[in-house]
Amino acid sequence: MSRNEITITIDGVECRTYEGEYVLNAARANGIFIPAICYLTRCSPTLACRLCLVEADGKRAYACNTKAKDGMQIVTQSEEIMEERRAIMEVYDVNHPLQCGVCDQHGECELQNYTLELEVDSQRFAIADTKRETKNWSSVLHYDAGLCIVCERCVTVCKDMIGDSALKTGPRGGAAVDKSYKQSAPKDAYAMWNKLQKSIIVPSNGTEYTNCSDCGECTAVCPVGALTERDFVYKANPWELREVPATCTHCSSGCQIFYETRFDSIDNTEEKIFRVKNEWNYVSLCGAGRFAYDFENRDVKRDATALKAAVEAIKGADTIRFGSMVSNEEALMLQRLKEKFGMKLYNPEARAFQKFLDAYAHASGHSLYPNDFREIMRECDFVISVGSKLRNDNPNARYVFNNIQKINKGAGFYFHPVGDRLVPTFGRSVECFEHRPGDEEAALYLILDLFADRKKLPKGVLNYLDTFHEKRKKTVKEKVMKEVVEKLLDKETGEEKEVKKKVPQMVEKEIEYEHNLLVERLGGDAENFDEIFAKMMKKKESFALIAGEDLFFHPHYENIAKLIALIEKSCSMKVVMTPPKSNSLGVALICELDDECEGYTIGYNAPGDFRLSALGDGDLDMPAMNQQEGTFVTMNKQVVPTNAALEYGGYELNDIMNELGMGRELTIEWTQELPVEKGFQCVKFDEMPNYYLNDGTEKRGYRLATIKRRASRSNPKKLDDSIVISEGDIAYRCNPPRQFSDFTDKAHQIFEKFALRASPERAQELGERVEVLFDGASIVLDVEADDRMSGDIVEIPDFKSGEDVISLFGESRYSKVTIKRV
Amino acid sequence: MSLEEFKDRNIGTQNYRMLDLGESPKSGMEKFKQVVERSVKLELFTGLKVTFREMYKALFKKNMHTVKYPFEKMPIAPRYRAIHQMKRLLESGHYRCIGCGLCEKICIANCIRIDTRYDENQRKEVSEYTINFGRCIFCGYCAEVCPELAIVHGGRYETSSEQRASFSTLEDMLTPLEQLAEQSEFPGFGAISPNADENVKKTPLAY
Ligand code: SF4
Ligand code: SF4
Ligand code: SF4
Ligand code: SF4
Ligand code: SF4
Ligand code: FES
Repeated sequence: MSRNEITITIDGVECRTYEGEYVLNAARANGIFIPAICYLTRCSPTLACRLCLVEADGKRAYACNTKAKDGMQIVTQSEEIMEERRAIMEVYDVNHPLQCGVCDQHGECELQNYTLELEVDSQRFAIADTKRETKNWSSVLHYDAGLCIVCERCVTVCKDMIGDSALKTGPRGGAAVDKSYKQSAPKDAYAMWNKLQKSIIVPSNGTEYTNCSDCGECTAVCPVGALTERDFVYKANPWELREVPATCTHCSSGCQIFYETRFDSIDNTEEKIFRVKNEWNYVSLCGAGRFAYDFENRDVKRDATALKAAVEAIKGADTIRFGSMVSNEEALMLQRLKEKFGMKLYNPEARAFQKFLDAYAHASGHSLYPNDFREIMRECDFVISVGSKLRNDNPNARYVFNNIQKINKGAGFYFHPVGDRLVPTFGRSVECFEHRPGDEEAALYLILDLFADRKKLPKGVLNYLDTFHEKRKKTVKEKVMKEVVEKLLDKETGEEKEVKKKVPQMVEKEIEYEHNLLVERLGGDAENFDEIFAKMMKKKESFALIAGEDLFFHPHYENIAKLIALIEKSCSMKVVMTPPKSNSLGVALICELDDECEGYTIGYNAPGDFRLSALGDGDLDMPAMNQQEGTFVTMNKQVVPTNAALEYGGYELNDIMNELGMGRELTIEWTQELPVEKGFQCVKFDEMPNYYLNDGTEKRGYRLATIKRRASRSNPKKLDDSIVISEGDIAYRCNPPRQFSDFTDKAHQIFEKFALRASPERAQELGERVEVLFDGASIVLDVEADDRMSGDIVEIPDFKSGEDVISLFGESRYSKVTIKRV
Repeated sequence: MSLEEFKDRNIGTQNYRMLDLGESPKSGMEKFKQVVERSVKLELFTGLKVTFREMYKALFKKNMHTVKYPFEKMPIAPRYRAIHQMKRLLESGHYRCIGCGLCEKICIANCIRIDTRYDENQRKEVSEYTINFGRCIFCGYCAEVCPELAIVHGGRYETSSEQRASFSTLEDMLTPLEQLAEQSEFPGFGAISPNADENVKKTPLAY
């Protein structure tokens, strides 16, 4: 999608914007205020509130769905417009409960704000009220229909951003608006009122419960107190909470968040996090980011003996094993320990990603993938995901995939062995390939086959691709018009007449078509693929590839890296990757990781003989990520800061370093020492910004530099069937949505269990509890049915580090297993 | 009063009437003259006369002018701001406080804390309410801001006790149920003005 800069005039002020940008966004980017409730940036306009009424070139228009054209003249205030807006707010206030005093939104309520802003000090409309019930839609959602103004923001965000489409408008059963208002009320207010009286929000599956991803984004966007987090209802008032800007550290998206803290209660004056907020116009959270905030290591005192023991343990350690939920500074400290004491550093997920990035750099000539997720969400209209379980792995990769379908009128390929019932609903042009585990290379070859500029492909690859094409015959049904003769009885004359008529008829016909063996191999509809693909490609201009964790944990990861580098070079396709866990990218860049874990092991938030733990169960306590400062590397290659929301009374890694004579005064002094040769910058922690501008520009930390190196020129290898798993029980290492680690598990609002997950049919077969046998090891798990899964592959979570599931699976995310009922 | 006037703390420009006290004596001679003048006029005895008259009334006419505190207490002005009271709804007896937290927010001594929760009837329950009277400066802001006339000042001005927390919980401040009939409104800051009706624009109703 092209972005031509143009100039429009809003209230006499010249504003630079892009062609096709909505006037509302253009105004906001230029610091001009236009009242608007129902519009969400990055989502489609719904025209529910009509507050954003303006005059565009002299005609009434809604700023949120009017696209800017060069030279456009916009007037945002006139007597007529102000009268409309005031009347709209009056309508919203009709029968709105007078309960600001108890409402969870008061102080940050858009209904309150606009009622004041538009100077509504009296009411002229009235209508009989309807009883509207309060409901709990899920374990986290609380809906008070009495407060709902049916702006549909929740519906919109759930559909356009999250992808669940779990909400819709339903019948309200309200009285009809008195016809006499048609004369007395302004036009838009009257129309809006009529619509408002008819609807209310309901779960879209027809039940009382949403049965959705429980991300809570709908509660964040709700302008009033109608949709709230169940746990927060009537607990505290928004304005008594202290806002701490931070970064969510549960996954590699690294979303910007605000922790909101307050004293716990009258009896317990300790500071506690009450909820998490986000800039929902620019960043969308998942359920872990929103609800898994209380993972802090509480009531820790400085224990000097434990510190001594830790120092001794480190001196004698053979390996330090650690999780990816560490800051860059901590990773750097661990690296320094390795340099001094020569122990091994073990982090399997970051190691796999490191090796993959290395192979990728070798093949492509640059150290990091070229694009970022924000960019492809804004610009691309064809997105391909390979090797990500979109619904479970990285929430923002999924939002991007979905948003491209909805907003950019996009299309998408989803390659994944585990069947999913949600991804196909993201858009009409989503094609899912349930290929066999291990066959990801075939998917990449197919991409080359479909998208590559053939001139840019090496000869060997070209020839190899040609071997996948065959001419075959298929029978198609075709519509032909056939002439038939019908006898009709003329009623008046009683005569019979013969009438000739043309009727459509289906005939079968045999035609020749090009059969793509790659499509067939990947489980696609090879017979009709040509037509499907042609339809998907209509009006598509910008393409993107999301490479997921399965590709890093793959026996042929080196070949995959080569293929991706080749795709990047030959397909004019934007390429992004999703680092496996929280700060895997940072760790992969900073630490020299080892392949094995041997001897006396220090476990930092990981299993080990001496455990440093932020979970409160180790030999020495460490601060959790919401109790310390530090920086993270997000999947957008951005180095972002996070702040401490809660106090911590114990020792940090830097204290251990100080005991060893290698420390700094403060942990954040390590920030400017991050390795410049890996792309970091020498920037002080306190100089790192963490906010968004009005036009959505991200001002967070700094962007990692990409390091150039010489690319090697070897062709990718051909497909190898020996690594493809095609029969038997298959297990996939995959966490339920909202669960990423021990830290999400610790949070009281995350309920997803450590259990084997399978499609409902498969779960039925398996029974309640099973033993899963791997090569030489086994694990016993409860079985949970996931009604959004399909197929036979079962998912085994790895979020409990103590269970060490990642070692069970080893170098791949898939494993052949034997499943026994117990 | 507009805010501007309110903020003008220069008393010199306001309409105060100054007492005419004449010139103060300056030189030693003038001061001596003043003493003699006052003695000759017997101002001292005028004062003593009043004292003896009242003593006579108290001793023989049973007309006492002092209060035998702490056995007796003076009635306090209705707008006096002493230890707070929490009022109840007259009809149901339920406490009036809705837990909006405005008093907590406005309190300049930051001494109010409220615990609220979502109760079984889907309502906001005030599970505890406290004022730290060690910090309260009795400014009356809480009473003024309360939209429910729930927290007001009472007349209890004795604030010595064994425990600082003695009269600072919801239970301590709430009107006892058996005294609900005698509960009176506080006329001080925050009370409804006598002409409130005139200032309200009526909202139409469709019933
Ligand atoms: S939603 Fe807004 S206007 Fe309605 S009661 Fe709550 S704070 Fe008041
Ligand atoms: S629940 Fe909130 S966001 Fe949804 S329609 Fe109602 S007011 Fe809008
Ligand atoms: S919690 Fe998330 S998935 Fe569920 S309805 Fe709300 S926005 Fe949709
Ligand atoms: S009187 Fe003033 S200081 Fe005391 S509780 Fe009320 S607002 Fe706070
Ligand atoms: S202002 Fe009044 S209603 Fe609100 S919390 Fe305080 S006492 Fe309760
Ligand atoms: S914001 Fe444009 S109609 Fe609501």
